[in-house]
Amino acid sequence: MLFHEIYGTYFQVVSAVLAEAVEGTLTEKRLLELVREKAFAESVLTIPAALRDGSWPLLDRNLGTPIRRRPEMPLSTLEKRWLKALLLDPRIALFDPPAEGLEDVAPLFRPETFIYFDRYTDGDPYRDPGYIARFHTILTALREKRKLRIQFQGRTGVRHSKKCVPLALEYSGKDDKFRLLTLEGKRRTSVNLGRMERCSAEEPYDPEAVEDIPQGRRETLVLRLRDRRNALERALLHFSHFEKETVRLEEDVYRVTLRYQREDETELLIRVLSFGPMLRVTAPERMVNLVRQRVERQLRIGD
Amino acid sequence: MGGVAYSERIKDFEGIREYMRQFYVYGFRSRESFLRNRSARSYDNERRRVESWLGDYMSFRQDGAGKNVFLSVDSRRIRRNPLYKAFKAKSFTNKDIALHFYILDILADGRPRTAGEIAEEISRSYLPAFPEDWSFDESTVRKKLQEYQRLGLLERERRGRETPYRLAESGVDLDGWRDAAAFFAENAPLGVVGSYLLDRGGQDPVPLRFKHHYILHALDSQVLYELLLAVDQRRRVSVSVRSPRNGHQERREVCPLRIFVSTQTGRQYLLGYRYDRRRLLFFRLDAITRVVPGAAEADFEQYLGYTENFQKKLWGVSIGEGRRTERIEMTVHVDEGEDFIVRRLERERRCGTVEVLDRHTCRFSAEVCDAMELLPWLRTFIGRIVGLTCSNQAVADIFRRDLEELGRMYGGGGDALS
Repeated sequence: MLFHEIYGTYFQVVSAVLAEAVEGTLTEKRLLELVREKAFAESVLTIPAALRDGSWPLLDRNLGTPIRRRPEMPLSTLEKRWLKALLLDPRIALFDPPAEGLEDVAPLFRPETFIYFDRYTDGDPYRDPGYIARFHTILTALREKRKLRIQFQGRTGVRHSKKCVPLALEYSGKDDKFRLLTLEGKRRTSVNLGRMERCSAEEPYDPEAVEDIPQGRRETLVLRLRDRRNALERALLHFSHFEKETVRLEEDVYRVTLRYQREDETELLIRVLSFGPMLRVTAPERMVNLVRQRVERQLRIGD
Repeated sequence: MGGVAYSERIKDFEGIREYMRQFYVYGFRSRESFLRNRSARSYDNERRRVESWLGDYMSFRQDGAGKNVFLSVDSRRIRRNPLYKAFKAKSFTNKDIALHFYILDILADGRPRTAGEIAEEISRSYLPAFPEDWSFDESTVRKKLQEYQRLGLLERERRGRETPYRLAESGVDLDGWRDAAAFFAENAPLGVVGSYLLDRGGQDPVPLRFKHHYILHALDSQVLYELLLAVDQRRRVSVSVRSPRNGHQERREVCPLRIFVSTQTGRQYLLGYRYDRRRLLFFRLDAITRVVPGAAEADFEQYLGYTENFQKKLWGVSIGEGRRTERIEMTVHVDEGEDFIVRRLERERRCGTVEVLDRHTCRFSAEVCDAMELLPWLRTFIGRIVGLTCSNQAVADIFRRDLEELGRMYGGGGDALS
């Protein structure tokens, strides 16, 4: 069963509360902290009250508990079957998790059941031992907060070598590729793992000196959408991974505003073009001009 | 005020699924427009729930039509799909939660116990701590033990006429799975299960980010789960499908075979053999509201075999109108230094083929069930297309008409963009 309270936030929070009650360290303040930190926004109105007023007979009035051990729930069949299914995915070699304990478990699904029909076909080589080894080195560096020395081929074929702070791995399901997000000085850069030839973990860096991942420069794209041929639903789903806002202007006309990273401008341009006259770029002016140039060029060469 | 008090927990997922989809995908509908076919209390409760679960991602806008609520997430900036939270709000009774922790605690010493022994231990060792008049009889405890056995949390032993239970042994080193679970929770089917695993605590996984990351499929997890069980067990299913046109529900008897996933919209589709039509058909998962498992399908492998040839002529998920395929050809101009165009054609061609005609010209061609499906992709080459032909003339006609309209939209001077 997928939708069950044993996986729910309430059970998770109460488990954390009881773990502290078992140790005898639970206080009123800590109880509220745990609920605020782990549960939903309004849970603070229900969970502490239910535990204190005896609705859930788990905590006594002194915040003690008859529970004797720190609560631990065995893995469910669903969880084991899902993990077993992952062992059939070629990308699992990148993470190399321990397969023990799943020998007699049937996978929840098989890779061949799923067809990713519009995924690009030049994805990363997940079965290549060199690629896997470099991926493991990167994971180690990320875990141990170490710098990385990497050697890679740039887009033009020129070989580069640099030392950097690894920030995160970024995966695109459409491209089926990983990129390493790095910091060089204060500048965020990225390297496709598929272009990487060598990498080695170097000395540790000071994690305090590295704040959250700096974002690339973000721009705002404004589109005017005419809802013909189901364009509204298609466009809103297509662009749903962006931070966006949609406003209805007329019966079948909408304004869609979305925030994108400047580095993705060309890709976004062709994605907008794919909707033809159903989408019109109204801002920024630079994007308007880029679309205009392509359309004018097409009109010139098409006939 | 009568009726059931508001709770942020829900008994059934289907009711809130459509609200979340509306808030996330559309976000321009006002409370008033929702109320045309729903009660005010239903809307207010569902909105309040979503706000409680996902407040960080919710925004509000007031305009002439009323107050609009919308969910907006830049999925490149998040590590975990926030929509999974809806699956973690299942309702339960007071006894459910108490029994959960009592049973896990009692069996944690490894000694198997019967329902009677557990009921007795609860009343002896746990309930005296509370002044309220609680009782957990043997029958209630037994039902919970059976339920937990079905979930795989407990195992049952045979001891004469007695059936003692013990905690299931996992033998899985979950710490070793943290990074994999964090990645696949976002990039594997039923990733919500990975999210459950991550909720169990432990070390933070390595930092992962996701680009082109569609998260809406989370809301279809229950439907997908039931379909996957049917595929695994080679069973027929009866699916209730909501018509996108009028919202009416229709039931279809289907043999589920494959799940098609778009990495460019996040949409998921069931490919199944539909008995009444005697052919393969697609169903959008977000339109399926219910899946009821049926009898075992003896001809499952035969139907699966039908998909092999069928797939070779599919561009996406449209099977077209007729039985004949359509041929389409696009010739593209490649400027000096634009080898990336050839690489684009190669990696995006799907069932088509790409020929390099000369240093500056490439031809893409494909034989597909429905060439109309290629239109959006063809348009991404606008500015480079030197020839387009299709056996379905309507495809080339629409392309040309749309292009002319684009020309008017962008070429008419400043007022064209007003």
